[in-house]
Amino acid sequence: MTDKIKVDARGAFCPGPLMEMIAALKHMNVGDEIEIWSSDKGSAKDIPEWVKKVGHELVSNDEREGYWSIVVRKAK
Amino acid sequence: MAKKIVIVGGGLSGTIVANGLCRQLREELSSGSVTITMLGTSDKHLYQPGLLYIPFGRIRESELFRDQRKVLDRRVPYFIDPAAHIDVEKKTVATKSGKTYAYDFLVVATGSRIRPDIIPGMEEGAHWFYDLDGARKMRDTLQGFQGGKVVVNVNAPHKCPVAPLEVTFMLRDFFAAKGVLDKTEITYTYPIGRLHALEPVAHWAVPEFEKHGIKSEIFFNTKSVDAGSKTITSEEGVTLPYDLLVTIPPHTGHQVITDSDLGKGGWVPTERNTLLREGSSDVFVVGDTTNIPISKAGSTAHFEADTIIDNLSSLIKEGRWARNYDGKVFCFVETGLNSGTYVWFNYTTPPNPGPPSQMIHWFKLAYNRLYWLSARGLL
Repeated sequence: MTDKIKVDARGAFCPGPLMEMIAALKHMNVGDEIEIWSSDKGSAKDIPEWVKKVGHELVSNDEREGYWSIVVRKAK
Repeated sequence: MAKKIVIVGGGLSGTIVANGLCRQLREELSSGSVTITMLGTSDKHLYQPGLLYIPFGRIRESELFRDQRKVLDRRVPYFIDPAAHIDVEKKTVATKSGKTYAYDFLVVATGSRIRPDIIPGMEEGAHWFYDLDGARKMRDTLQGFQGGKVVVNVNAPHKCPVAPLEVTFMLRDFFAAKGVLDKTEITYTYPIGRLHALEPVAHWAVPEFEKHGIKSEIFFNTKSVDAGSKTITSEEGVTLPYDLLVTIPPHTGHQVITDSDLGKGGWVPTERNTLLREGSSDVFVVGDTTNIPISKAGSTAHFEADTIIDNLSSLIKEGRWARNYDGKVFCFVETGLNSGTYVWFNYTTPPNPGPPSQMIHWFKLAYNRLYWLSARGLL
């Protein structure tokens, strides 16, 4: 059974949304999804770039009111 | 019936909370209407940031330790009997020895721990300074180091976010003083696409790295270490050779958190302003144990602990909430063996590090002693 976790990293300057996502992925199973909220517009670029580099799957990348919601599926 | 406060964990955050509550609840403790009990794992209290100086011979081991009984207010019974299971429905903590403690309010301060065992080959092939044994081994290796390829490898998550940069600059100064810098190449690896999680710190570090000839490999999440061939490989597919590998190992929370089904990886889901466990009104979480997306650092633990002291004592004395935590973090940043700077930030204020100076370095050295006043809740 797959799982979906949410991480609200809005206002997280350190370690920041991508580091939070990398840490959270370590405790997820292949196929699980993580939805990360970030108020840093750099995340909308950084997270997809890293996801592509490592080989996970970007499910969505949406701008909402004052923050970005990025959903990633763990692929390996 | 006395209100029972149980604190699980005898590190910095648990100790500050206990000592602060003793001052705020002096009358209640005296009358017996409140009790505070602490469960810990050791009779010694360790000043963790001091471990950074051990490999370079810049601090004595004895300076890092005090008896926990002497750091903790005498009104708090302290049992070296680690929690084995926390039941937030029954409001009990079962310990390794088989005892059970009931609570009205629980403070979870179990902290984080290094896990080099998670990454294949890391225990065999790497050095680290995040525990005393590791720092001692690194000190011994540095003494005999005559030059070569040095990789400083950073893994997520880890506590003390600036320590990787600090150790890099300190290694550079150490090699220069030892006269082997011209035979040494330092490469720093980081999990994301810049040199540090804090963007202003990352920007500041770029020219510092260039000035000192320090190389970097970003987007480097460690997959494995091969101690035989002396190489380290990333999930992104990069392999680096090394003669000396200094790693900041990945961390997890305490086993009792996962065993009690309180949070994946040992991190307890925590509301970022109240510091209450999500779904609980009587369980506070403090320090590294939370899953709040901010730095796992001593200052974070300190500022969170101050908030919990105010709220817990206010709830008991006045039946009302006092104030929220604003996400405040303050970190000294050593920029070599003789200079330093600092950063502070909260949920709404981004960090803005100033230029390094010798004075701030001296402040940090002074804080290495002042820490014991923090732990006692006096600073």
